[in-house]
Amino acid sequence: MSDEYDNNKSYQAQSSEVMDGSTGSVNPDIDYVRPSEVGEQELYHPHSFIEKWVFCQDAKVIGVQYFLTAVFTGVVGLILSWLMRLQLGFPELAGFMTAEHYYQFVTMHGMIMVVYFLTALFLGGFGNYLIPLMVGARDMVFPYVNMLSFWMFFVAVAVLMASFFVPGGPTGAGWTLYPPQTILEGTPGSGMGILLMLISLSLFVIGFTMGGLNYMITILQARTRGMTLMRMPLTVWGIFTATVLAMLAFPALLVSAIMMTLDKVLQTSFFMPTILKAGEVLEYGGGSPILFQHLFWFFGHPEVYIVALPAFGIVSDLISVHARKNIFGYRMMVWAIVGIGALSFFVWAHHMYVSGMNPWFGFFFATTTLIIAVPTAMKVYNWILTLWRGNIRINVVMLWCLGFIVTFVNGGITGIFLGNVSVDVPLSDTYFVIAHFHMVMGIAPLMVIMGAVYHWFPLVAGKMLDEGLGKWHFWITFLGAYSIYFPMHYLGFIGVPRRYFEMYDSPYMTSAVGMNEFISIAAFIVGAAQFILIFNIIKTLKTGKKAEQNPWKANSLEWYTSTVPPEHGNFGDRLPVVHRWPYDFSVPGAKEDYIPQTTAPSEVIHTEVEKT
Amino acid sequence: MSEPKIDGFELKPGFKGMASDTASDQTMFKGVHWGKAMMWIFLLSDTFVFSCFLISYMKGRGSTPVEWPNPSEVFALEAFGVPVPLLLIALMTFVLITSSGTMAIAVKYGYEKNRKMCGWLLLATALGGLTFVGMQAYEWSKLIHEGVRPWENPFGAAQFGSFFFMITGFHGFHVSIGVIFLFIYTYKVFAGHYEKGKKGWFTKLKGDYVEIEILGLYWHFVDLVWVFIFAFFYLW
Repeated sequence: MSDEYDNNKSYQAQSSEVMDGSTGSVNPDIDYVRPSEVGEQELYHPHSFIEKWVFCQDAKVIGVQYFLTAVFTGVVGLILSWLMRLQLGFPELAGFMTAEHYYQFVTMHGMIMVVYFLTALFLGGFGNYLIPLMVGARDMVFPYVNMLSFWMFFVAVAVLMASFFVPGGPTGAGWTLYPPQTILEGTPGSGMGILLMLISLSLFVIGFTMGGLNYMITILQARTRGMTLMRMPLTVWGIFTATVLAMLAFPALLVSAIMMTLDKVLQTSFFMPTILKAGEVLEYGGGSPILFQHLFWFFGHPEVYIVALPAFGIVSDLISVHARKNIFGYRMMVWAIVGIGALSFFVWAHHMYVSGMNPWFGFFFATTTLIIAVPTAMKVYNWILTLWRGNIRINVVMLWCLGFIVTFVNGGITGIFLGNVSVDVPLSDTYFVIAHFHMVMGIAPLMVIMGAVYHWFPLVAGKMLDEGLGKWHFWITFLGAYSIYFPMHYLGFIGVPRRYFEMYDSPYMTSAVGMNEFISIAAFIVGAAQFILIFNIIKTLKTGKKAEQNPWKANSLEWYTSTVPPEHGNFGDRLPVVHRWPYDFSVPGAKEDYIPQTTAPSEVIHTEVEKT
Repeated sequence: MSEPKIDGFELKPGFKGMASDTASDQTMFKGVHWGKAMMWIFLLSDTFVFSCFLISYMKGRGSTPVEWPNPSEVFALEAFGVPVPLLLIALMTFVLITSSGTMAIAVKYGYEKNRKMCGWLLLATALGGLTFVGMQAYEWSKLIHEGVRPWENPFGAAQFGSFFFMITGFHGFHVSIGVIFLFIYTYKVFAGHYEKGKKGWFTKLKGDYVEIEILGLYWHFVDLVWVFIFAFFYLW
């Protein structure tokens, strides 16, 4: 297996080279990096097409598999949102849609976008592809388990999609799946639909656990020589912290899914109080629906940061590279990521202000929620200070980053509104809430994903995406997203409730009807604009111009692989040795405006590099 | 286990050592096998699963309007004509804790490359686990016989049966998985897979006696969880 990377041979070659300075170093002492602690990783190289592309153990292929599967679910989620907007804006054109359909689409759109699209895309997609490359590892530490992780996710998606085709259709209980309605007759999909949803979620958690263990141990135990935690790109920090959150938050989802499955299948009453239905007492009794809400949101709020933290990390790297300037306050950024992650476990009940819990609880959770604004604001300031006096290249990647900052600030500020109990109560379950979380955890992370796709596509495919099409894609998405969500804040203020199939003869109708039409048209355009990216990718793969190695002149290790795109094992027969952080851009005294992480100190001895 | 020796890196004791390990390159947990670190983190995650179950149980028990059954009556076992509270559970707990002991000695013999002793002790651990699952099956069938169901029971609150079957079932599932792996590793040790450098069936990678320790971590965890379940279900 490991014949190509013979353990002892490469290890000695590396350390003797450092000792005698045979690479031409002026001063070998300052270039000293400790020898390798662990031997070379034993890799299993694929022997057939199936092992290479289907049941593949290479983290890069698994990353692409995750990415494509997640994008598929994302397109399904997008189509569902179109159908919802069609009903809200132009009900006369949506005659085929019943109220049940609408609830089912709302539910599936929410669950797909949050769990199966964003989480899988950031952690499974970017995590798998970038972690081993960025920390200088040959692969994830448990490649076989990593492969299982993807296929478990694949089965979870298949089960979820199957729920569209079972009698009664998918569940229509809202993505929060609140009992008791979720599993009672009368809610759409309360039969097979909800069952498949719960099974799918459990499979997702199991699959994710297998992947998450890989990400964490790769980052903690398989970094290359010289790669300290504080020299890791912020992308890795974001994904790492998000993985920790997921490992601790998904258990609550798993447990609530198991308990609700039992309530459904075995008629237990974990979450089911005594229920009178049409004058008849149901079999259930004595359970606590609020318990489900606590379990769900103990998962649900960290979930927000599972999506947001990788986006924070990635955008920091993109901004730094494309502004040719080191990230402002690297350590502060790391601690902010870790701090946000830790705090996110103490805020969950701010989703439950109107659930009837003790008001003192609301007071406590409002306080913790607002404290999160502090590290978050620090991050925003640091992004702006990174841009300040940078040598900014206004390319497509940078446009997405700028779009992210603006959108994130917007969504974050409405979050401060909603974090306060007294403001939240009247705004609960209105379109203001919809606008808030779509801005902050829908559009903002999506912008980062888009930026990251344009940034790393040359690495993955070896070709440059078309900038012109990219700019169209950005501007339509950016302006369109604001056209969709800005008016929704207003709808929320006048009290339009969310999750309503139609407004009937309510007084909201007269003032909201034109606005709903406008939002719907914008939603159709923005949705369609996303296909520009798919077209761009297909066009680039066919006729695109070949990318040089490291087209953005970045410093982090993924651009310094032996081949582009990197092959199995990533770095050829010798792992890179790291001497610095990945943010040495525009260093005074340096020949180029970037110093790769692998550059030895003696080669840049007369420059004013940061000490990292 | 002796302290790991690491080239060019001084391992310091206490918090200083923790800080310098964390600040260093390559690994955070010096000299710790990847698989071992993985198992610890998995167990942390699994702790959250069981905590969620047990906290839900506390909440459920606290908020049910019907009275909770008295555990020392429900779980009593008739011995020589006298009902002895918690007799079976005491036996189960004893067997499981003992199997933790044999597991720990198996790990020691594994590291000493004493193949035979390691194998026999693993087998003893597996049999202990199997006995535990068997006794649990007996307890379940006894309760089911007395009319306890996940959705109702003759002694009081319906949630008693729900939580009991769910949590002991989930724990029993963990024990069963452990027993299966214990049998597999008993076979691997007796067959000398580690000495011969035989590659794994699925991963196609070489194994090492550290795998016995990793399995041991899991097994001790399952025992520890049982102690909590014991306390919350049978003593409360």
